Amino acid sequence: MAQALTRAMRDAMAEDPTVHVMGEDVGTLGGVFRITDGLAKEFGEERCTDTPLAEAGILGAAVGMAMYGLRPVVEMQFDAFAYPAFEQLISHVAKMRNRTRGAMPLPITIRVPYGGGIGGVEHHCDSSEAYYVATPGLHVVTPATVEDAYGLLRASIASDDPVVFLEPKRLYWSKADWRPEAPAAVPGIGKALVRRAGTSATLITYGPSLPVCLEAAEAAREEGWDLEVVDLRSLVPFDEQTVVESVRRTGRAVVVHEAGGFGGPGAEIAARVTERCFHHLEAPVLRVTGFDIPYPPPMLEKHHLPGVDRILDTVARLQWEN
Amino acid sequence: MTVQELPGAGASHRSTPPPAWSPRTDAAPLLPDPEPYRVLGTEAADRLDPELMRRCYAELVRGRRYNAQATALTKQGRLAVYPSTVGQEACEIAAALVLEEQDWLFPSYRDTLAAVARGLDPVQALTLLRGDWHTGYDPREHRIAPLSTPLATQLPHAVGLAHAARLRGDDVVALAMVGDGGTSEGDFHEALNFAAVWQAPVVFLVQNNGFAISVPLAKQTAAPTLAHKAVGYGMPGRLVDGNDIAAMHEVLTEAVRRARAGGGPTLIEAVTYRMEAHTNADDATRYRGDAEVEAWKAHDPVDLLERELTARGIIDETAIQAVRDDAETMAAALREGMNADPVVDPMDLFAHVYAEQTDRLREQAAMLRAELEAEDQA
Repeated sequence: MAQALTRAMRDAMAEDPTVHVMGEDVGTLGGVFRITDGLAKEFGEERCTDTPLAEAGILGAAVGMAMYGLRPVVEMQFDAFAYPAFEQLISHVAKMRNRTRGAMPLPITIRVPYGGGIGGVEHHCDSSEAYYVATPGLHVVTPATVEDAYGLLRASIASDDPVVFLEPKRLYWSKADWRPEAPAAVPGIGKALVRRAGTSATLITYGPSLPVCLEAAEAAREEGWDLEVVDLRSLVPFDEQTVVESVRRTGRAVVVHEAGGFGGPGAEIAARVTERCFHHLEAPVLRVTGFDIPYPPPMLEKHHLPGVDRILDTVARLQWEN
Repeated sequence: MTVQELPGAGASHRSTPPPAWSPRTDAAPLLPDPEPYRVLGTEAADRLDPELMRRCYAELVRGRRYNAQATALTKQGRLAVYPSTVGQEACEIAAALVLEEQDWLFPSYRDTLAAVARGLDPVQALTLLRGDWHTGYDPREHRIAPLSTPLATQLPHAVGLAHAARLRGDDVVALAMVGDGGTSEGDFHEALNFAAVWQAPVVFLVQNNGFAISVPLAKQTAAPTLAHKAVGYGMPGRLVDGNDIAAMHEVLTEAVRRARAGGGPTLIEAVTYRMEAHTNADDATRYRGDAEVEAWKAHDPVDLLERELTARGIIDETAIQAVRDDAETMAAALREGMNADPVVDPMDLFAHVYAEQTDRLREQAAMLRAELEAEDQA
């Protein structure tokens, strides 16, 4: 996935001279995860810029650059390091189009490596998507496959609106049969995909939890469950149609994500599904999420992250009896 | 004599200096003068350009009248809020006058007068403050960024824009305005640092008007002056009398010239005073005394220039009257513009959130449309 992301930026920069990559360590080092590797060398430090270490300054400067017609791609290095930039994000990035009546859209892509499962120390593993999805004016997307990492990042950079691009850290090293010489067409933002067709229940998920859900779906076959798995890919816009169609087919739904459950995206999705599928549901929409705790230390994170067993236990609860 | 040559050096506990330590610049040229720079009432006024000063005078009088009119409009309920710049007009106007057409102005919520002096229609400039939800003008058309209500957050924007313009080879300078309170915000420091590291063509203008709402400067900073803050970032700091428009114009012009020539950013502290309350919603008597306000009245920016220009024969009673008449015309137009009820379309609430409306917003827009139609029929 890391290479697909790099390739997406490289292709975007090659096609469009207004695309600029910026952030802490993105230049000479190629980023702490090497996602920007080689960009400074190929396009120069003016197109791939090592900035001073200040997230509000990085995003604030990107706002000004976008005001002048550039397309900045900002790296926030780690989920929890993005918080100093929240005022810029919420008060300016998300609102500039609105408060100028469309005269000044801000085509900024904000890349945020997020989530746990890599044994990171504190402040390096947050799943911060709930903050972003609660902010009108932002698009929030997250790839779960190598192909989507490329396609969604291209679509995000091409978008005339700001996009928070959440990169699942633990999938950086995931491999797939992806041929960079012929990348798939850009899917656009806002379309969910059924990753696995099934008939007994729908697992609704995104980002780092997709592989876990697919594994759970395989394991569930032994229990007699044929699970459908929907990958949202985009949290805002939310592809309600794909989700609703799936749940109406299966009659049961579980939302799975790493972020805490209270006020997490799963709460919204469960509510939407309940509203739209009430008469089709055989059981309440259930959720499997991270606990509502600060992200735990590496030694305990396996207890926190939604795993196959917890998903299967929850699926078993869908045999609802009053 | 080196450390090695000293008697007993072999047993010395002193280590050699760390490698790669090389102080970058001598801070002295970056330091501000101890006193705010002044022109009016000094010998430096001998070299005033009469034409420029007549223009400044006319703008100052218009600016004062604009302030009075806007304040009156708040009392009539035509303006939701107005942060007055009475006493600070010289800063506002000088900031607008030193910019070329292609340059950009980044105003704070208090700086509508600068936008007006740059040529923006006063009604447009006051759109946000009258309670509408949008800027009222196309920032690109006027090269005036939207008024920033969050403090100092527009400063990194100015840096980014100036940096982008320079990358494109365009001759553009960004002038960003902030108050004394805003200098305590993180965005102020990050913007200055970015600008200096990137050598971006930016001028930072701090209007030190004495108070951040109610908090005096002494509780805001322990620095000798706000201009001193420049030194730590590696840019020159300039201290200037913010009520002296000739001094303001000169110092700002020099900073803009330096930025344009590739010399990097400058931080300017204009020492001035907010004669009125923070906004019409504030009670200034709770945090400052009349004596202080009275003392500043004697240093009024309009009077300072009027006295100087009258004494030098650059303006006379006839010219002064003509300027006042012109200001009245502007005020009448502003009154008229603000008295017309703004046209607001509730459906606009959903129109500019995203380039392409999301399903969710389409649903909510439909709900509102139905409610509006029901109201119409009722």
